[in-house]
Amino acid sequence: MDAISTITERIKSGASSARSEVEAALERAKAFEDKNIFISMTSERALERADMIDQKVKNGEPVGSLAGVPFAAKDNFLTYGGLTTAAAPILSNFEAPLQATAVEKLEQEGAICIGKTNLDAFAHGGSTENSAYGPTKNAFDDNKVAGGSSGGSAVAVALGIVPFALGSDTGGSIRQPASFNNVVGIKPTYGMVSRYGVVAMASSTDSIGCFAGNVADTELVMEVIAGRDQKDMTTLPDYFVPEATTSKKKVGLIKEFMDEGVDEAVRACVLEYAERMRAAGHEVEEVSLPVAKYALAMYYIIVPAEVSSNLARFDGVRYGKRSSAANELGELYDMSRGEGFVAENKRRIMIGSYVLSSGYFDAYYLKAQKARTLLIRAFNELFASYDLLLGPVTPSPAFGLGENVSDPIKMYLADVMTVPASMAGLPALSVPAGADEHGLPIGVQLIGQQRSDAMLLTVAREMEATNE
Amino acid sequence: MTKISRDDVLRLAQLSRLQLGDDEVDTLAIDISNILGYVEQLDELDTDNVEPTYQVTGLENVWRDDVVSQDAVSRDELLALAPEAVDYQVKVPKVL
Repeated sequence: MDAISTITERIKSGASSARSEVEAALERAKAFEDKNIFISMTSERALERADMIDQKVKNGEPVGSLAGVPFAAKDNFLTYGGLTTAAAPILSNFEAPLQATAVEKLEQEGAICIGKTNLDAFAHGGSTENSAYGPTKNAFDDNKVAGGSSGGSAVAVALGIVPFALGSDTGGSIRQPASFNNVVGIKPTYGMVSRYGVVAMASSTDSIGCFAGNVADTELVMEVIAGRDQKDMTTLPDYFVPEATTSKKKVGLIKEFMDEGVDEAVRACVLEYAERMRAAGHEVEEVSLPVAKYALAMYYIIVPAEVSSNLARFDGVRYGKRSSAANELGELYDMSRGEGFVAENKRRIMIGSYVLSSGYFDAYYLKAQKARTLLIRAFNELFASYDLLLGPVTPSPAFGLGENVSDPIKMYLADVMTVPASMAGLPALSVPAGADEHGLPIGVQLIGQQRSDAMLLTVAREMEATNE
Repeated sequence: MTKISRDDVLRLAQLSRLQLGDDEVDTLAIDISNILGYVEQLDELDTDNVEPTYQVTGLENVWRDDVVSQDAVSRDELLALAPEAVDYQVKVPKVL
């Protein structure tokens, strides 16, 4: 796949056109139909927008920094030109009356959304196997999962269908599929990117980010979508500005993420990346973050609690699918929700109801939020001495389709190394770092302090260059 | 370890407004018991005198002027999304 700058240059110079770039991307998507990457294509609107951009180029009018660049959006981003399903039956007929801020900003710069990618329903999961539309297959192996929940977006970029794709990351939903499919994925600092128009999952950790084939393209996209948004009051004041170069950093390699429970090939890739960092002049030391092992337990209390609250709005009354079998209002709620959510949605909603219910609130929810404070303190202590932290993204490369579906805890454990940064609102990248003996990709994770997104990306970009 | 019974599941389903199939109730009883068993490892952490964190960037209440937004979605567009709408109102079956 060509870099974004290569695509925009050939469109602006007239060597190519937005229409031909979009048509080519749509053809590539069709060629990979058996991977089940897209829930729907937005071809008609995409081609209309392409023609509009080509006309502007012809007239010598200004076009944006991403003019004519095709992209894909996870199907929990509200977009025009088709349906937004969140891969859940209850939204299977939902035509969004507005667009997500991230999509709007990309369109203002001339980027063109060609389709909506597959995900675990409501982004609940780590494999896309919880999608009402069936799982997406791994870019490298049809018998392995794409990862998730943003699996479709990761595979769309990995197979070169589009140079970048939007995703959301609540506990690892961008980083884990990025690692499983050999692409760059970023979960920025909590609040760096507006979540307006993205189907809410867990509001205290939901973050919007992207996948791209290289770090420079990731920076280009994040620069466009970052920033304060009046429509999302949790967004931080503008701070993200990509940096040209960076100084030598002090890097902490998280010891607890490298124990015997972690796949040998994953450990080898992380250690090799650490060596390459040293060779590039960075100082890498082992550090300890003992409380990190509790992050997953905090996550599976706090997130279901927030899920149960956020998903209360889906009631079959005002939008989405209504059960046709209900005779009275109470039944309408129960049946529309019973039919409209997948098993994992129900599991999380009910755990949320449990941990928030009177009598259990202190023992679970409050306990988890206090534990979260301990985790944040532990991170802060490390960041007093280290610029960034390094470790695996996941304990193993992509697992088999169907391998973990009957055991929710085993499925959740795939998130054990990505949830700590989520619980603390920290920026984290997943960057390609090798493969196992079967050729399955392995990524490494770089974690920084809040608002250190630009530094992390610069370190990753310079590291990427040392590997070429 | 907390053990969730079929009755507990049905009670949670009621709180969550979810109609469940019979087979779902049994599976959920096992899954929820296991998940609660897993998260109970937090009891190993001493959190006495620790303040909870609900919001991670130090945000406090954010206010805006109480005026109608100019780029809000229109009433007609929103009503068009409703499964059933009559006379500018969303229609539902009888309440009782």
